[in-house]
Amino acid sequence: MKKTIILTGLFIAAIAIIFVGCSKDIVGRTDNTPALSPANIDLNAGTWKPVLLTGPTEFTVAAPIATNTPDYIAQVNEIKSFQANLTNEEKTMVKYWSAGAVLRWNEILRELVAKHNLPPYQNDDGTYPFPNANNPLAYPQFPFSNPPYAARAYAYVSAAQYDALVAAWHYKKLYNRAAPYKVDATVNVLIPQSDLPSYPSEDGVVAGVAVEMLKLLFPGDQDFIQQKAEEHKRARIISGANVRSDIEAGEALGKLVAQKFVTRARGDRAGAAAGNQAAWTKLETDCLARGETPWYSLELPRRPPMLPVFGKVKAFLFDSLTCIALRPAPPPPVNSQQMKDETEEIYQLIKNPTRERTRIVHFWADGVGTYTPPGHWDAIAAEDFITKNFSEVRWARNMALVNMALGDAAIVCWDTKYFYFNPRPTQLNPNIKTLTGIPNFPAYISGHSTFSGAAAEVLGHIIPERAKAYNDMASEASLSRMYGGIHYKSDCTVGLVVGKNVGNFAVQRARTDGAE
Amino acid sequence: MKKKFFANKLIYLGTCLLFFNQIARAQTDMDAIMMGKNRFCIGPMYSYSSWKNYWEGSLKRDNQNLGTVSTQMFGLMGNYGISSKLNVLFSVPYVKTRATAGTLHSMQGLQDLSLFVKWMPVEKEMMGGVFSLYGIAGVSFPLTDYVADFLPLSIGLHSKTASARVMADYQAGSFFVTGSATYVLRDNIKIDRTSYYTTQLHLTNEVEIPNGGNFNFRTGFRNERLIAEAIVNNWTTFGGFDITRNNMPFPGNKMNATTVGVNLKYVVLPKKHEVSLVAGGNTTVAGRNMGQSATVYGSVFYVLDFTRKTKSSDQPAKTN
Repeated sequence: MKKTIILTGLFIAAIAIIFVGCSKDIVGRTDNTPALSPANIDLNAGTWKPVLLTGPTEFTVAAPIATNTPDYIAQVNEIKSFQANLTNEEKTMVKYWSAGAVLRWNEILRELVAKHNLPPYQNDDGTYPFPNANNPLAYPQFPFSNPPYAARAYAYVSAAQYDALVAAWHYKKLYNRAAPYKVDATVNVLIPQSDLPSYPSEDGVVAGVAVEMLKLLFPGDQDFIQQKAEEHKRARIISGANVRSDIEAGEALGKLVAQKFVTRARGDRAGAAAGNQAAWTKLETDCLARGETPWYSLELPRRPPMLPVFGKVKAFLFDSLTCIALRPAPPPPVNSQQMKDETEEIYQLIKNPTRERTRIVHFWADGVGTYTPPGHWDAIAAEDFITKNFSEVRWARNMALVNMALGDAAIVCWDTKYFYFNPRPTQLNPNIKTLTGIPNFPAYISGHSTFSGAAAEVLGHIIPERAKAYNDMASEASLSRMYGGIHYKSDCTVGLVVGKNVGNFAVQRARTDGAE
Repeated sequence: MKKKFFANKLIYLGTCLLFFNQIARAQTDMDAIMMGKNRFCIGPMYSYSSWKNYWEGSLKRDNQNLGTVSTQMFGLMGNYGISSKLNVLFSVPYVKTRATAGTLHSMQGLQDLSLFVKWMPVEKEMMGGVFSLYGIAGVSFPLTDYVADFLPLSIGLHSKTASARVMADYQAGSFFVTGSATYVLRDNIKIDRTSYYTTQLHLTNEVEIPNGGNFNFRTGFRNERLIAEAIVNNWTTFGGFDITRNNMPFPGNKMNATTVGVNLKYVVLPKKHEVSLVAGGNTTVAGRNMGQSATVYGSVFYVLDFTRKTKSSDQPAKTN
């Protein structure tokens, strides 16, 4: 009996240790990112080539009030009153936002994409409803942020932030108003000090762009977005980085620049990308007329193809004729020996998947409910940019280069997919089961491969010492689609090449935009 | 009288049976039966569980791209009596999943090893019957690097767990009732991707698996040869989030299920080898973010007696 009690006591003690020792706290990879402290403030970035603006002065920013005026002194006192009784919540907010405005808004955008990347559920009659931008909160919510939608969203937000910051840097240098902590030495500074003039505030600019762009892209999430913007602006005032007029001037500039991008977006043909029944039928009949086997949806009930007219969307880096020139030669004919061999190759891969291949499939899947492959490449880019101490304007420039390449890769890839309209491996051999969901669009060329090729090309230019690593990642992402059972080798190898070709346009731009 | 009754309860072993519906767990750790000292009950078991409808949050639906999702489990279970009041138990399942429609690949593999210590500190005559109280503590951990993040076809959640249970049993004649409550602590898991969305974006491969509680009530007929019982079981996670509309399930989901079922155990060869057969089934009557599964199972158990002949004080008496 004594032995029993001792044994049980020991066991209970062991369990108790497990219970106590087991912490469930999870730290995100960028939660503890240090405050941005640029190695180079890029004071001359006002001369860099914008994407859409005619020049940095297209939108006027009024001259700031002098730092010896009562109004300015009142604004400095606002900082001091915030700092007099800082709450822990405010400290956390300052720490979060000081990691970088472009970084944080990119993460917020990725979050919105992941939230909305859900295919609508079918109607009772087996048709599918489409999200409506004018009624975003009704089911199915707007948007369905699938990979093309997401790629375009990342491109617009990044490019608009970049243009707005180029303009902001112009005015910063022009007006040269020092940061509040340089005007009044008694202001506490909760972030690294900088010689960069603080008017207009780069944080105000980035928040202003984001708010304005996201009204268009995620109209049903306005409360969330506004709350983030308010926190962001307040964090900068609390930290002593900016007075309120710095922020307000930046925000106003950001909104004006963003409105130019919104106007472009409304006319870039993305609104018609879903097509209609006539367009969907035509894809099939055109394919049959070519003597080929048309793709069909492997979902039940059969879902209309995802954004079949997205290939007509206006690209950032090239014109529509170039877009067609970038389209690769056709895939192997469905009845060819090569296609039979490639289908068999996928069947052999999927028959007995190894754990390592499954890991690779899932690592790169970026499917339903995720921030999509472009978002994954943004995450890779952002986490490397953190280590580089870029200024906000260079962060924005690099993100814009990556995301314009990803956005244009989506356009070229989707153009190719619907030009050839060829089937997925499982359509040719129903025994091919998949380790991830089968995307609801034609196989050739692989979206993952195109995105990855494009991103790796641009990132390898921005961070040359990582070029090989990016290429290896792109190859693995591409291969993952074969391992997953959803793409043939041709889709992947050609996709990587097309992606690199698209990425090269961004590299050419990078060489001539004045930032290098 | 008292001694004889106790013996009856001990006799035919640990009905080792496993109940499986997404969360595999040994059921012997949930019944009021103890193995006698130095007696080891071991046996294979098989279960088949399937569902066509599932709860997406609280919305019940089917999915033409899954059809019917089935889970087969081949397990080995054992129960050893350190003493008549202290038993240790284990179970090791091999799990295989499959969907009848859509394209998703089936999954299979060795799942989690479960270990329990079962202690009966109180056994008292009361109101013409016998009341007993149990404390059960358990741990489980994955035996292989199987994929957790492929629900609903994952073979398990790949979480290490620790559990603590209190159980009470009352038997009068051949009638019994047993009730238990369990708290299950579940460790975070690591998945193959580097980010995921719950109700917000997480930039990590680490996923919080909510802790859970299990509540089990069983009643019926129990003597030395036969157990026939009805069981109500509820599993509730403390935390987690709902599957959003038309989204995929995720290991960090809230997952609740209430099942009702029957369980039968019959001792085939009571005198010589103590071979017993176990069979049962259950159906899910309520749930959240889980399949509405129906399960059937069966197993054969064999008792090995390691008691030296000279020291037989704990050996159960033969009653017939």
